[in-house]
Amino acid sequence: MSETKKFEVKDKTPMLDELESGPWPSFVTDLKELSKEKPAIKQLLGQLEQSYEDKWNYWQGTVLNVDGYGGGVIARYSELSEQYPDIAQFHTIRILPPPGWVYSTEKLRELCDIWEKHSAGIIQLHGMTGDILLLGSDNKTTFEAAEELMEAGWDLGGSGAALRTLACCVGDARCEMSCIDTMGITKHLTDKFISQLHRPELPYKYKFKVSGCANDCAASIQRSDMPIIGTWRDAIKIDQDEVGKFVEKHGADYVVDNVISLCPTKCIHLRDNKIEVDDDDCVKCMHCINVMHKALAVGDDKGATILIGGKRTLKIGDTMSSVLIPFMPLKTDEDMEKLTDLVERIWDFWGDHGLEHERVGEFIARVGLGAFLDGIGMEPDPQMVMHPRTSNFIKFEELAPGKIAGEPEHDPAVVNEEVETMEKSV
Amino acid sequence: MATATKKKKMAPRDNSAPDYKPMLHPLMTKNYGQWKYHESVKPGVLVYVAKSGDKLWVVRAGSTRTLSIGMVRKICDLADKYSQGHLRFTSRANLEFSLENEKDIEPLIKEIKDVLGFAIGGTGHSISNILHTQGWLHCNLPGTDAAGSVKALMDTLYDEFITDDTLPARVKISASCCQINCGGQADIAINLQHHHPPVIKPEGVGQCELPKVVAICPVAAIRPRQDENGKTTMEVVEEKCMYCGACHGQCPTMEIRDAKTDTLSIWIGGKSSSVRGGPSFMKLAIWGLPNNTPRWPEVGDAVRKIIDCYKSSAKKFIVASCHLLQKPMG
Repeated sequence: MSETKKFEVKDKTPMLDELESGPWPSFVTDLKELSKEKPAIKQLLGQLEQSYEDKWNYWQGTVLNVDGYGGGVIARYSELSEQYPDIAQFHTIRILPPPGWVYSTEKLRELCDIWEKHSAGIIQLHGMTGDILLLGSDNKTTFEAAEELMEAGWDLGGSGAALRTLACCVGDARCEMSCIDTMGITKHLTDKFISQLHRPELPYKYKFKVSGCANDCAASIQRSDMPIIGTWRDAIKIDQDEVGKFVEKHGADYVVDNVISLCPTKCIHLRDNKIEVDDDDCVKCMHCINVMHKALAVGDDKGATILIGGKRTLKIGDTMSSVLIPFMPLKTDEDMEKLTDLVERIWDFWGDHGLEHERVGEFIARVGLGAFLDGIGMEPDPQMVMHPRTSNFIKFEELAPGKIAGEPEHDPAVVNEEVETMEKSV
Repeated sequence: MATATKKKKMAPRDNSAPDYKPMLHPLMTKNYGQWKYHESVKPGVLVYVAKSGDKLWVVRAGSTRTLSIGMVRKICDLADKYSQGHLRFTSRANLEFSLENEKDIEPLIKEIKDVLGFAIGGTGHSISNILHTQGWLHCNLPGTDAAGSVKALMDTLYDEFITDDTLPARVKISASCCQINCGGQADIAINLQHHHPPVIKPEGVGQCELPKVVAICPVAAIRPRQDENGKTTMEVVEEKCMYCGACHGQCPTMEIRDAKTDTLSIWIGGKSSSVRGGPSFMKLAIWGLPNNTPRWPEVGDAVRKIIDCYKSSAKKFIVASCHLLQKPMG
């Protein structure tokens, strides 16, 4: 906007008022109600109206840290503080939610009471990373609120180049399709890595999201650096009585059109009103179970697939997470220790060699999966490869472990092996 | 007084996330990991049946996500009255009330509509609540608003939220206010699009760490330069720049936004779940829509057109992601 523009204080908000009509609930109506108790909200709506008029934003961002924390507060300063002094400082505190976003009203009311005392009183449930977002504190009340929240057992969420707040689907708590205890795993990882969540010491952000099955309700595969997705290894469970009832109710054509023919590996068949599955070919995609949830169910040998490297578009474009561990059980403390060990090895290697602001997916794209696996001490697995090589130009003699600039030279592995073979044959 | 100057003791640090166990509805605690199946009762209402035979009815309501403390307390009042003081939020900002008694469903629905003003739905083959970002309400980088555009769009998609069988499959929508796209991948995603390289405000250059700004550019389009007075500033190689705005987040003086030229784009085909064909990224479908406050009618019309095309011609269970890419829109 031009430097010379004169801003009038907006008492009326005709543009925002247009967002009060229509059947969907309106945040404008709710905020107007709030403004009766909290005058700052009237000023917030005034600035927002100015944004709607100018198609321009009037917030500046900066850093504000609570003692002992390197993140968790998103500080905002209004550029129109002359017109709207009550929102000159209008910060967000990120709060770790209970895994799975389950609440007792007692805790939620406690959050409201504390936040009412110290702020303009907006709560967002939840932000895109999954945090509880508390909006509307200033340079003083941010700290007062944070202390009081922490006294009551709450804690700040992640921001910056740190582990971010974890998210998960409802999982075992209320879903028959879940193959892992999503809430328990999320709580375990948050507890274990709470220091890394609060104190940025990674090249850039690192997100875990935990989904109980391939339906991926936590959107982990595209939205997290390390998705944990539930799956199983044994046979799919079939209740033939329920299959019979389903066919009777919907007709065989419905089952063929909507279940059998949509199976990605064509491993499911309907014969004499009974379902047959070639379990060796089943990829556990969940479609048939989604449609026939009374008749079909996940197996007993359950665990998780661990993936790596998903992120949205900046800077190199989208990366989809890819498989790192095809299957591992996540039931016992020992299982969880294997996972957290792996995470620490990844953070060490990526931490040493990643560029600033480089997500782990971008890092792998830059150094290559081979170098990455070598760096974290993991053997390659065919499940990590989506498509086999189609180019015949391969320098077999150079198939040494990948290396990063500055690393010591490795001996070419293939040549070594040939030498050994020759020696053995002699 | 000596005590007046005494430094207040700090609250405990690193509490971690609250324990979820006391937050669970008693039937969720009792049947944890022991659920058998679930069924749709009607749009917005599901019943979960446990191996023990217990039944838990769940009523889902679409919220505004941005809530006043007063509204959160009203939500708590209903949860106290109907769900034994427990509730859950979904990943798409919907509320879930858990009921032990089937007969409580209708009274609860009536109170959600009357007291909260929220819609009941978002289950089955519906358009669920739109994921969105902060926009002009609280972000420092946005080129458009999110809460407002989402409210306007949900008004036009209301019928698809409150029904669960008029679409071939579930449709997930997201809205983002800049090209960082915090709203994320979706069947249909609305994104702001910039149309020229950042304009550098010389007076702000001193506040930025130049090496970091240079390093953050994905196409190496930013380089340091000396101005006429020998002061170090930056320049952008216009042919290389792809208007992503990565530099703007690092250094606010690299102004990527332009109220006169920024437009909105619609992307289709993003899918997280591995169901059927596996996950997929979204692709550009429509671009150049005007950023028209306060209700973005052109965006609403375009999304409506996509939905109608999908509704009228896709096969059941084929998500918008797969279908729309194979069929030109009418």
